Amino acid sequence: MSKHLNLTLKVWRQDGRDQAGRFETYPIGISEDASFLEMLDVVNEHLIADGKEPITFESDCREGICGTCGFIINGIPHGKEKGTATCQLHMRKFSDGEHITIEPFRAASFPVIRDLAVDRSALDRIIEAGGYITVNSGAAPDANLIPVPKETADAAMDAAACIGCGACVAACPNSAAQLFTSAKVEHLNLLPQGQAERWSRVENMVETMEMYFGSCTNHGECHEACPKEISLDFIAYLNRDFMKSKIKNRKLAGQR
Amino acid sequence: MSQTMTRSQPGGAAPIRKSPRRLPFPLNIYQTAVGKKWVMAITGIGIIGFVLAHMIGNLHLYEGPRQVNEYGEALRDLGGHLAPRTLVLWVMRLGLIGMFILHIHSAYGLTRMNMAANAGAKHEEKRDYVAANFASRTMRWTGVIIGLFVVFHLADLTWGKTHPGTYVRGNVYYNAANSLQTWPIALIYIFANIALAFHIYHGAWSMFQSLGINNPKYNQLRRMFATGLAGLILVGNLSFPIMALSGVIDKDNVAPNATVEVDR
Amino acid sequence: MIGELDPRAPAGPLDEKWTNHKFNMKLVNPNNKRRFTVIVVGSGLAGASAAASLGELGYNVELFTFHDTPRRAHSIAAQGGINAAKNYQNDGDSVQRLFYDTIKGGDYRSREANVFRLAEVSVNIIDQAVAQGVPLAREYGGLLDNRSFGGAQVSRTFYARGQTGQQLLLGAYSALMRQVHLGKVNMHVRSEMLDLVVADGRAAGIVVRDLITGDITAHSGHAVVLATGGYGNVYFLSTNAMMSNVTAAWRAHRRGALFANPCYTQIHPTCIPASDDFQSKLTLMSESLRNDGRIWVPKNPDDTRPPDQIPEQDRDYYLERKYPAFGNLVPRDVASRNAKTVVDQGRGVGPLKNGVYLDFADAIARDGRAAIEDRYDNLLQMYERITGEDPFKMPMRIYPAIHYTMGGLWVDYNLMSNVPGLYVMGEANFSDHGANRLGASALMQGLADGYFVLPYTIGDYLAGQLGKQPVPNDAPEFKSALANVADQTKQWLSVKGTKSVDHYHRELGKIMWEYVGMARNKVGLEKAMSEIAALHGEFRKNVRVLGSAETLNQSLEKVGRVDDFFQLGHLLARDALEREESCGGHFREEHQTEEGEAARDDDQFAHVAAWEWTGEETPEIRHREELAFENVKLAQRSYK
Ligand SMILES: Cc1cc2nc3c(=O)[nH]c(=O)nc-3n(C[C@H](O)[C@H](O)[C@H](O)COP(=O)(O)OP(=O)(O)OC[C@H]3O[C@@H](n4cnc5c(N)ncnc54)[C@H](O)[C@@H]3O)c2cc1C
Ligand code: HEM
Ligand code: HEM
Ligand code: SF4
Ligand code: F3S
Ligand code: FES
Repeated sequence: MSKHLNLTLKVWRQDGRDQAGRFETYPIGISEDASFLEMLDVVNEHLIADGKEPITFESDCREGICGTCGFIINGIPHGKEKGTATCQLHMRKFSDGEHITIEPFRAASFPVIRDLAVDRSALDRIIEAGGYITVNSGAAPDANLIPVPKETADAAMDAAACIGCGACVAACPNSAAQLFTSAKVEHLNLLPQGQAERWSRVENMVETMEMYFGSCTNHGECHEACPKEISLDFIAYLNRDFMKSKIKNRKLAGQR
Repeated sequence: MSQTMTRSQPGGAAPIRKSPRRLPFPLNIYQTAVGKKWVMAITGIGIIGFVLAHMIGNLHLYEGPRQVNEYGEALRDLGGHLAPRTLVLWVMRLGLIGMFILHIHSAYGLTRMNMAANAGAKHEEKRDYVAANFASRTMRWTGVIIGLFVVFHLADLTWGKTHPGTYVRGNVYYNAANSLQTWPIALIYIFANIALAFHIYHGAWSMFQSLGINNPKYNQLRRMFATGLAGLILVGNLSFPIMALSGVIDKDNVAPNATVEVDR
Repeated sequence: MIGELDPRAPAGPLDEKWTNHKFNMKLVNPNNKRRFTVIVVGSGLAGASAAASLGELGYNVELFTFHDTPRRAHSIAAQGGINAAKNYQNDGDSVQRLFYDTIKGGDYRSREANVFRLAEVSVNIIDQAVAQGVPLAREYGGLLDNRSFGGAQVSRTFYARGQTGQQLLLGAYSALMRQVHLGKVNMHVRSEMLDLVVADGRAAGIVVRDLITGDITAHSGHAVVLATGGYGNVYFLSTNAMMSNVTAAWRAHRRGALFANPCYTQIHPTCIPASDDFQSKLTLMSESLRNDGRIWVPKNPDDTRPPDQIPEQDRDYYLERKYPAFGNLVPRDVASRNAKTVVDQGRGVGPLKNGVYLDFADAIARDGRAAIEDRYDNLLQMYERITGEDPFKMPMRIYPAIHYTMGGLWVDYNLMSNVPGLYVMGEANFSDHGANRLGASALMQGLADGYFVLPYTIGDYLAGQLGKQPVPNDAPEFKSALANVADQTKQWLSVKGTKSVDHYHRELGKIMWEYVGMARNKVGLEKAMSEIAALHGEFRKNVRVLGSAETLNQSLEKVGRVDDFFQLGHLLARDALEREESCGGHFREEHQTEEGEAARDDDQFAHVAAWEWTGEETPEIRHREELAFENVKLAQRSYK
């Protein structure tokens, strides 16, 4: 009942961070019920059987939530399916005889570690700079003390849905991390709990972001590649908050 | 006790630029990319304003020589008897020059930064764009084209370098018609103004994002606005060379040496 | 060496134990805290929350995770929600009730004192999370919303869409990153713990391998905290993340830490059945689907008609038939076992006949498609994305899968293992869930341990260490541990066998699932033990690991983990064999009521089985911790 596909893969192989890479071509026959990563598992089984080193690619949850997986499929991070992480791609979306090119996420701050695995730790530097609300364990007031309008909570959740995969950076012609950063900043800046540190947060996170990534010129590619379809609106909110943070009288910053 | 640190972790990406020494407010804003982008939007708006007004002003070309030249005079007389002649105009010019400089400088800064951000990370396979359109990807080039055009344009109509012999200071109509009726020059105008339209098509939308003007209720209006504006300026500005070539605007409508009569 | 296992649960009335204990424990004064170094392994809910809290208190924390960033930990995948006895819904919930439900749900195989403490601090977790900016679901009034989960009588489950685990982890992760920023936590990512170092009877540090460079380094501290997650992947196919493994816990076990109740594994009834041999993991479909879906299989094993053409009289709604009162909402283990029964009878559905139908036709007819859509939309999409079948046209196919492991390293009331200075938290310890975990209680336990229990109890131990320098990481114990790990690594590369690591992992999984899965019996378990041993032998002789040890080498990472799974799998089967009763997730076919219900044997088995490693060749020793129930009376479950 399930169709069988014969495909040709063109996969980026690179032995180490500073080594030169190359494309290698592998034919593969696979059932259309397989997921994209399961297809690569099978390729690796064949490679190992032939005594060749398997393709290094990262994945963990395989449910589209952990953000570990991800590479560029036919020129688009996570492939052309909208709102889908690489691990959620299934082969039935491809057609028999198709040629598929796979290469790692590309950005100066995402150095390739090996094959399709890149180092995305620069994103952690951005969080470190202010992606939190300062509250020590045990210091919290009752959860229902501060009501949060449902609309606000939902908007914050929309931003918080980011899985930190870095596809936005890979998709951006400027290698900008604006979508990721805006999602992270606005998730907290929208909530009442986040107000106290609102202005320092946006200032520190944006300035750290700019140490590693390019600037946003509003291409909108990031949103298209984002497996969680994080909205470009957050980028506008980020820019607004950032400019405000520069002119705010911090003494009165509590008042919007 | 701890050998490895996250930062010193092998592979941990090194910054592409170090955070610069903080300049005093408001210069510190301009040190950041978001700040530069903001400046770019503001100056962009200013320049758009000029281009729009300029385009409308140039419509006088259709009324005839007298009116155009009067309009030119009027510009120089701005501020009437309160301010010395051409002072206000010069203030405006300086403002315009300032905006161009800032706009270009910030554009240059951001472009440098973005090149650093994907240095050595070229896509090996041709990448596929979903959202980024021709206009957004060519802003730098359309920008440069406009820049060069403006220089040429000033040489052409303000300094008269293109027709040393025939250029007549003050006879705006004659000079404009004279230039636009020569094919090569007309083509340059047409080409440049198409580039301009593209630039505005992305720019006039992009600036809202850069300034953080965003309200899901009205967001679709931003796109319409940009498209409309780019279209309007395109039509307006293209009409001049075209009409000149087709003889509607004709240098024979006015004697070259005709001293410009304006009643004051 | 190990005498009677002492849980060190404080005396006194149940509801005062924790309060008194907090008062009686020794404190470390603020200036002295900075003199202590605590090693935390794991950055999931438990690890991240603990590392952050310890950093806030002023300890120096060395945090290790094999992930590239803490935010990837398997906790991120939790969907349903987190329990807390807030009673915001005013439906009669209370600490007492959450305590009771947890004990009963665990089939009376957990420690009263721990469970009560868990229920007690559950309320603080929600406060903490909300203050961190975790966007938990809210009602229009702006107050927090709750749902009833896993058949609980009260609505005590807090949730953030279908991504509760993700949001709670991001909360803990943000608190952690703040401490990293302040320099109190030193984060080592892509660093896998491969051994525990025990010096003069105490946990002194760990040996880790840098997954990128292959460097093997030793790290020492005053105490070691493991928060390394569950071992569900011993079954190869499970709902756990691909990289979840038992290595950290197992290596600690081999260094003397007791492993408790390995046979307590939880199966989740509603997962998407495997579609082929290349299947790499199973995807969970929220239990809530059972509220509207009706579960059935064809009466006739060789009925090949498509479901919509099978008339009512030829369908067997077996849950509704056998359990009229609860119907499709019977607890996880009951639903799971019955699915296995019908599939074993050859009445399974789908291309591989390995599932049962979960049918929404009636619900759609009753409430309309729209209602069902907005109730389960994202789930139904996920299902269609994976199977390519539209649940509105064709009933869903579901089958149980391994989901959670209640067993783990043995810990006392202070979360300290029998090895002084070694603490274990979250799913990695044998924890508070007894023989079966209630839905939405794992997140609660992980965060309770990390935010509110360990930060207190560890001080009690460290206070005694004041003035002592940690054993230097070039001490002989460290040297030999380093050497061991280095040799092992080379060893694997030198086997040069013929079959891949995944091949053996998959084969191991098949044995585990077949004989040590949902229903177990003596014959099967003995078979399993011998087959596992045999396969393990072959594995060590014939596994093929290519590449070098000085680069990122995923096969090399996996081979050690799978080797540990083999050893654990064997112990798991043995534990199941020796527990001659059925309780919670552990079902022995020999021990069931005539209704096919789990039959406990409280006289013989109201105890924790804690296993002691004695070496590769010699069998493990089974120790007991007797469970005393002073506050609840033991009762038999019945869902008729
Ligand atoms: C699909 C799914 C849904 C679930 N839904 C729910 C739910 O709705 N409600 C609920 O309460 N529970 C749920 N659970 C259970 C719950 O998610 C887990 O039990 C819990 O998150 C475990 O957290 P943890 O911190 O103990 O371990 P994990 O989150 O598994 O973290 C383990 C950490 O240890 C690190 N680590 C492991 N070994 C090593 C090593 N050797 N060296 C270095 N680092 C190591 C890993 O890198 C990771 O950071 C669900 C589980 C699954 C699989
Ligand atoms: C003179 C030479 C010019 C150069 C080199 C130039 C260059 C650029 C560049 C590189 C950008 C950034 C691209 C982006 O943000 O997507 C930009 C943006 C913009 N430009 Fe220009 N430009 C020039 C002239 C003009 C003119 C004449 C106008 C108006 C008619 C204009 C209006 C804008 C606007 C509105 C933006 C958008 C700003 C934003 O997105 O925040 N530019 N320009
Ligand atoms: C086809 C379109 C255009 C026509 C017909 C046109 C025509 C003119 C004319 C007649 C003048 C007056 C010259 C004088 O001072 O005597 C002028 C000046 C000028 N134009 Fe244009 N122009 C066009 C497009 C543009 C564009 C697109 C720009 C900028 C992006 C521009 C920028 C200027 C500037 C900066 C001046 C000098 C103004 C001053 O002297 O104060 N023009 N133009
Ligand atoms: S914004 Fe989207 S693409 Fe970028 S990291 Fe987050 S989830 Fe990935
Ligand atoms: S693609 Fe890049 S330019 Fe901005 S809108 Fe997205 S970050
Ligand atoms: S593997 Fe977790 S998001 Fe793809």
